[in-house]
Amino acid sequence: MKKQRPVNLDLQTVSFPLTAIASILHRISGVIMFVATGILMWFLAESLSGPVGFANVQELMGSFLAKFIFWGILTALAYHLVVGVRHIVMDMGYGEELDQATASAKFTMIASGVLSFLAGVWVW
Amino acid sequence: MVNNAATLGRSGVHDFIIIRVAGINLALYAIFLLGFFLTNDVNYLSWKSLFSNLGMQVFTIITLLSLLAHVWIGMWQVLTDYVKPVGLRFILQLALNAAAFSYVIAGLVILWRV
Repeated sequence: MKKQRPVNLDLQTVSFPLTAIASILHRISGVIMFVATGILMWFLAESLSGPVGFANVQELMGSFLAKFIFWGILTALAYHLVVGVRHIVMDMGYGEELDQATASAKFTMIASGVLSFLAGVWVW
Repeated sequence: MVNNAATLGRSGVHDFIIIRVAGINLALYAIFLLGFFLTNDVNYLSWKSLFSNLGMQVFTIITLLSLLAHVWIGMWQVLTDYVKPVGLRFILQLALNAAAFSYVIAGLVILWRV
């Protein structure tokens, strides 16, 4: 057996490039929103059931937990949407070089961070 | 050409187009709703009148159908990457697609009653 084969599988020494992190977060945010849609559908049903239902939703949205969950959903939405737009821009052939992809991944993180902050300001 | 029976489109290219078209519609709906919240005094009457509008009802149903298509393909992509046992993946995808279908049905029933 050759001795020179690469055997470095120590995950502590392997780190994801930023583009890979952007990709996995896109998946995670998508799964979060899929589950969250169940909550949102309940909110829609209750808020449209009548004035009492609407007031119930308003009262619920006054609690910290509900605001926090809503902020989380908006953050996942902001991230998923911004990275989705990046995806489509790259599909059209723009920014496909490694340095450009890293730069756009960085941009999407910053942009969605800003949007997440604004969503927090809006919710609270 | 590789075909997979568990995803939505007839081929990878078909999936590629469906997930993007559906995604654009989902984005437009989210931006529209955000715009409504930011430019209106949202109370029961304005909220109810928004969803009583036929155009909004159609937009909402199309968006829920887009969500069904988008998550069908997206969840298939995620599950085929991370869940290797076929039986478990089958059950998970069935459950997730059933949930997505439920969102569509719930949307229809909710809007029917507005």
